[in-house]
Amino acid sequence: MFRLEPRASAPLAWQLATPVLAVLATMITGGILFAALGFDPVASIRTIFWDPLFGPAASYSRPQLLVKAGPLILIASGLALGFRAGIWNIGAEGQYIIGAICGAAVALAAYPTEAFWIFPAMILAGALGGCAWGMIPAMLRNWFGASEILVSLMLVYVAQKVAAWMAFGPMKNPEGFNFPGSRNLQQYPAASNPEIIANTGLHWGVIAAGIALVVTWFVMSRHVLGFHIRTAGAAPRAARFAGVRPQRLVALCLGVSGALAGVAGLFEVAGPAGQITESFGSGYGFTAIIVAFLGRLHPLGILFAGLLMALTYIGGELAQMMLQLPAATVQVFQGMLLFFLLGFDILTRYRIRRRA
Amino acid sequence: MKRRTLLGSAAALMAMSAMPAFAQDEKLKIGFIYVGPVGDGGWTYQHDLARQALEKEYGDKIETTFIESVPEGADAERALTQLALSGNKMIFATSFGFMDATINVAKKFPDIKFEHATGYKRAENVATYDARFYEGRAVIGTIAGRMTKSNKIGYIGSFPIPEVIQGINSAYIHAKKVNPDVEMKVVWVYSWFDPAKEADAAAALIAEGVDVFMQHTDSTAPLAKAQEAGALGFGQASDMAAFAPSPRIASIIDDWSPYYIKRVGQVLDGTWKSEGTWAGIGDGEVVIGEITEVVPAEVKAEAEALKAAIASGEHHPFTGPLKKQDGSDWLAEGQKATDEELSGMNFYVEGITAPMPK
Amino acid sequence: MIDPIAVFILLLGAATPILFAALGELVTERAGVLNLGVEGMMIGGALAGFAAAHATGSPALGFAAAAIAGVVLSMIFAALTQFLLSNQVATGLALTLFGLGLTAMFGKPYEGVKAPTMMAGPLGLNPMIWLGLLMVPAVWWGLNRSRPGLILRAVGENHDAAHALGYPVRAVRIAAIAFGGAMAGMGGAYISIATVLQWTEGMTAGAGWIALAIVVFAQWNPWGVLAGAWLFGGVTVLQLRLQAAGVAVPVQLLTMAPYLATIIVLVLISARQKYGRSGGGSAPGSLGKPFHALR
Repeated sequence: MFRLEPRASAPLAWQLATPVLAVLATMITGGILFAALGFDPVASIRTIFWDPLFGPAASYSRPQLLVKAGPLILIASGLALGFRAGIWNIGAEGQYIIGAICGAAVALAAYPTEAFWIFPAMILAGALGGCAWGMIPAMLRNWFGASEILVSLMLVYVAQKVAAWMAFGPMKNPEGFNFPGSRNLQQYPAASNPEIIANTGLHWGVIAAGIALVVTWFVMSRHVLGFHIRTAGAAPRAARFAGVRPQRLVALCLGVSGALAGVAGLFEVAGPAGQITESFGSGYGFTAIIVAFLGRLHPLGILFAGLLMALTYIGGELAQMMLQLPAATVQVFQGMLLFFLLGFDILTRYRIRRRA
Repeated sequence: MKRRTLLGSAAALMAMSAMPAFAQDEKLKIGFIYVGPVGDGGWTYQHDLARQALEKEYGDKIETTFIESVPEGADAERALTQLALSGNKMIFATSFGFMDATINVAKKFPDIKFEHATGYKRAENVATYDARFYEGRAVIGTIAGRMTKSNKIGYIGSFPIPEVIQGINSAYIHAKKVNPDVEMKVVWVYSWFDPAKEADAAAALIAEGVDVFMQHTDSTAPLAKAQEAGALGFGQASDMAAFAPSPRIASIIDDWSPYYIKRVGQVLDGTWKSEGTWAGIGDGEVVIGEITEVVPAEVKAEAEALKAAIASGEHHPFTGPLKKQDGSDWLAEGQKATDEELSGMNFYVEGITAPMPK
Repeated sequence: MIDPIAVFILLLGAATPILFAALGELVTERAGVLNLGVEGMMIGGALAGFAAAHATGSPALGFAAAAIAGVVLSMIFAALTQFLLSNQVATGLALTLFGLGLTAMFGKPYEGVKAPTMMAGPLGLNPMIWLGLLMVPAVWWGLNRSRPGLILRAVGENHDAAHALGYPVRAVRIAAIAFGGAMAGMGGAYISIATVLQWTEGMTAGAGWIALAIVVFAQWNPWGVLAGAWLFGGVTVLQLRLQAAGVAVPVQLLTMAPYLATIIVLVLISARQKYGRSGGGSAPGSLGKPFHALR
């Protein structure tokens, strides 16, 4: 028999190797699955993982990776702060939706004014909206001890209903022939979030994601707050002696991750998505949780994980187009990828010893 | 502040699409994006049947591909671009929510022909198409009006948008014509596809005393409920023949194949033009599925006569005198509703007592 | 007039899938494991149950197959969280994705096929509704009056103490996860076999998440689960019923209400706990925490 022995610290080599191993294992298992369904496994894997990067239409799909990865990275970098501290915000999807609604509300209220302040005001509103939605579970935990996991999850559903209400009611486009959905912000220059340099996929949301990565990296590794967060996560009791105030940490982590999810929603509604519809929340908030874990809660890891996740989406579409693979492939892949990563993760945290 | 995109992108994208890797064969490549999975048994399934009909019709002159379950918004724009870049010269975007994405992508690919279902924005290379489902609703409304014993008929609505409201009104007007005592009960489920909720909606209607109902949602769950309760219903979008002869006594089928075959033919012979098409029973786009033996022969004959009259253009389902729900005048004697009025319809006609959702 | 008894009968049907899934998740959580993969296990059960019922013509065998499918899926979760000590939140999310994707891929042959007729039961309610109702006292008795239930709760409250007392923490948790899987599978199969009578991908449409909410609403008590399933099922049924009767209903606000109610209940029980008043109904002490025995 074998037994597990906790490591004092995770060796860097394993930390880097396990995600790679997980991706390889996913490819192999995925290949077997495709073969079982009657598809060419090699071609399938190549189409999903290689073609978006280096295939014939890569000059289009590479920038699209940024568009898809941007919100994921932005949300995940906020979530990682809390996850490190043992504060589980799994309601980023709700914060994303509310951020988008608040930002869009500013734009729709200002319509059709053209003024320089509109876009910055939208960003502010998006951040505040997401932050406020994230502060609800934070405050309920601080005041009453209610589990932030469950409260933030419940608030996702509330946010989805709010989005539907907005799309059918207060935000319905008055020129939209009674179809649900707000005005399209892409067609309102003062409020839109277009590509900054054509054909690069680079919009303000992607830039914000980059800034979020750098700032969270700085906070986590160079700032006393990062030390507090890590201590709180690793040894909650010791953290008190180190001067950590748990309540402040809860409010901070949920507030910041909510604000980041909110801005992600705002950049999405002002840019790629364009409008608030009843189905505005398309799962970025949940996928970002996977990204945070896949990236081992480290900014650099989150960068790669976000891009990898985006790759499976875009590769999945290519595989549908080229090989008629079903759309569900992407979900299966993301599920397996996370399974393998979480499974292999034990190698970084524990040493496997033969039982004496 | 003007933050404008540097639209060099169009040129760059076109250069890519002209790359030899893509344009090597002579076949006309046709792409489709679907909002749901092809297995939804309803809306997307019917579009996919039409795609298969195209392949049958034109054989190796064409090649089709599709991307399913594409969320509306940013993902749709990317899926459309991917289709454009991989050499598709004609692209069908089969959901209302793809409208702005289709227009955006079409701007970048002026030599590709786009067809957008149920939208209202067109461009030089973007045509729109839709079906006059309300014509079919008139026929099944007639059957419902005749078949109900409780004089209460029901309607399961998806979202309160003009297309669905047209259907409710048309069904009611024609049910009332054959059965002046008929009442219409409406339930909105706020989803195109949520089997469990649709079943609950059907059950709610049945509990209200409804014994014949129509649905504007895609799953067969309401029919399953009808079977259990001994009520009657109609297939929606697809034939739902598994539930024939009862509770499914007829169906209203979206058949996109005549339109797809016509438009692809026009691209093949170079006569395609951007236009808005709103076709109905007469064009074979709205089909009434087999009316089963549960329906008495004279009712069946009556329904088929109405179908023929609509097909020939002799009867317009919205012909005055008609008043709105609030009692105000809408159409005078003999006056027909215009397409503009119908495409923005947001009111019930007089006699429907259900409140319009706000 | 709206007949309350008729509404109640509708409610029983609408509540059954979430009742099954929530009772299963309740037992899992009482053992200290948070499995967010309920939706994935439900859809797995919906497909496997439908396929088996279709192949054999027997809905009962369908439900049995659904329970097995639920257990199989839950064992992926168990292997990762109990042996490889992975994070439960992430593993559960992965299970949901995996289950939804896998069933969509393998469910293609069953599209457009009809299920066999559901068994009839006493008072016009099918046997699964009765089974669901019977499971409530059964789970209550099992948790509160039986020895295995006592051990299970001990493991969920404080796994270190339970381990010190010599209870097999891991084995108990795996059994609880398997029970959760079986129940979620049967709940999912109720949707495909008894409600919709067909298979379509994604047909559980979020029922698994509602089940998670119900467990919280229920304060981890089986009778509370029954109340919660009736509340969530009841709001859906009632708003549709009111619409059918021609009453103007603010649908979005009304469907939001059970989630808000859940949050309020959660706050109340947490507050009672925090401010020292005794009484049951709080989250199991070790909920969501990984257990690793050093000795």
